[in-house]
Amino acid sequence: MKRFLRPLINGILRENPILVLMIGLCPVLAVSSAAINGIYMGLAATFVLVGSNLIISIIRRFVPDQIRIPIFITIIATFVTIVDMVMHAYAPDMYNILGIFIPLIVVNCIILGRAEAFAYHNGVIESLGDGIGMGLGFTLILVVLGGIRELLGNGTLFGFQVMPIAYKPVLLMILPPGAFLTIGFLQALQRYRGGKG
Amino acid sequence: MDDRFYVSAPPHIRTRYDAKYIMRQVTVALIPPTIAGIVFFGIRAVLVLLISVLSSILWQRLVLFVKGEKRALDGSEVVTGLLLALNLSPLVPWWIPIVGTFIAIVLAKELFGGLGFNIFNPALIARAFLLVSWPMEMTTWMSPFNGVTQATPLTFLKLQHTYTPYINLFLGNRGGCIGETSVLALLIGAGYLFFRGVIDWKIPVPYVLTVGVLALAFKQDPLFHIMAGGLILGAFFMATDYTTTPITKLGRIIFGISCGVITILIRLFGGYPEGVSFSILFMNAMTPLLDRWTIPKPFGYKTLRRNV
Repeated sequence: MKRFLRPLINGILRENPILVLMIGLCPVLAVSSAAINGIYMGLAATFVLVGSNLIISIIRRFVPDQIRIPIFITIIATFVTIVDMVMHAYAPDMYNILGIFIPLIVVNCIILGRAEAFAYHNGVIESLGDGIGMGLGFTLILVVLGGIRELLGNGTLFGFQVMPIAYKPVLLMILPPGAFLTIGFLQALQRYRGGKG
Repeated sequence: MDDRFYVSAPPHIRTRYDAKYIMRQVTVALIPPTIAGIVFFGIRAVLVLLISVLSSILWQRLVLFVKGEKRALDGSEVVTGLLLALNLSPLVPWWIPIVGTFIAIVLAKELFGGLGFNIFNPALIARAFLLVSWPMEMTTWMSPFNGVTQATPLTFLKLQHTYTPYINLFLGNRGGCIGETSVLALLIGAGYLFFRGVIDWKIPVPYVLTVGVLALAFKQDPLFHIMAGGLILGAFFMATDYTTTPITKLGRIIFGISCGVITILIRLFGGYPEGVSFSILFMNAMTPLLDRWTIPKPFGYKTLRRNV
């Protein structure tokens, strides 16, 4: 149980992919203009991450070292295709909003990074925990970031009007600079907390 | 007895040029443009100035309280608040200066470690943030004396290709930010800072000259481009901030020239009519690099040849 829980808890804050490892920032900056986007994007990436970590940790002993990257990419692409098709079928609105960033999960550094750095060197249970933890950490930051930007930049949270009608939205927050600013201050906050979990 | 054998590294002679003294001098130098702004824009300007300076002091006190520090205010928050107000239109809503000083004091200065550690000029960061966030409120300008809305000379140039007469630009009888309109008042303040030795020529003069020369090169009126917009205010009061500009002589001259190039590029080819604040902010970000590239060569220093 400990072998499963330790990487899981590590991934959420202590080694959070966005705040601490600083990988996979591209979709974070692009789709975090609303909190609901963060949930979908985060869950899609979590599914791919758990799936690819699981398969790679199972087959890691048979994978030749020289061609491991193409093999990883093939496995990741399989799961991304599943997510892509499921979202297209059951959540078409969100599929249109997230657009190109769903297929681009294939080249997301978090997923290849964890496959290469963790799943390739660790057992099935640890890799499963790492996949879930990293995915949840990614989702958490996407939702927090999207929530802050949506609240300040649009006056809403998950689509509901939160701020009073007289509130004048901070336009900057839903523009790209707002994502950079917010993520910078969130990273600073994590450093200030001493990088604790 | 032990106190008299105080051992420390040089320099041992101390001057009165501490942060408080400098900030007081800058505040004094900002009085002429402030008065000019009040004369031209009346009670609206007074309100914006008051709200800005007071909220700036409040945010500073709040930050010190939250941080648990018991140091006295150093006067920089007054300068920041004043500079921000001088960079705002007299017609902004009351909450704009309050949000602006929050950005300047809390986000741009204190979260980076306080005075002396900020990468960007706090007042300019606040102005850029406000301009991008509330473009409508930030770009409603007022005609002097009568309170009718009116565009700035640079907007006139960009949209209608008409030049405002020199005398109006020089005295300040034109639309614009509270503190940027009167070139005369700004030059008085800048002259005082030169006289007191607070600022030197190495950033403002290359900056202003570059704008003039480039305006000439693009077949525009150079004097108009120097006096219109916030160039004088930016060059003498904001591009001379100690923290956010290079230390080395060569670095400062490069800083000034680059600011001028960016300003003209934004004015003539960019989306905004004015580019002074963005140019200074951009060069603020380059300051560490400029400082590293332009370290003066010590006397007798030889460069080691590689691949010998």
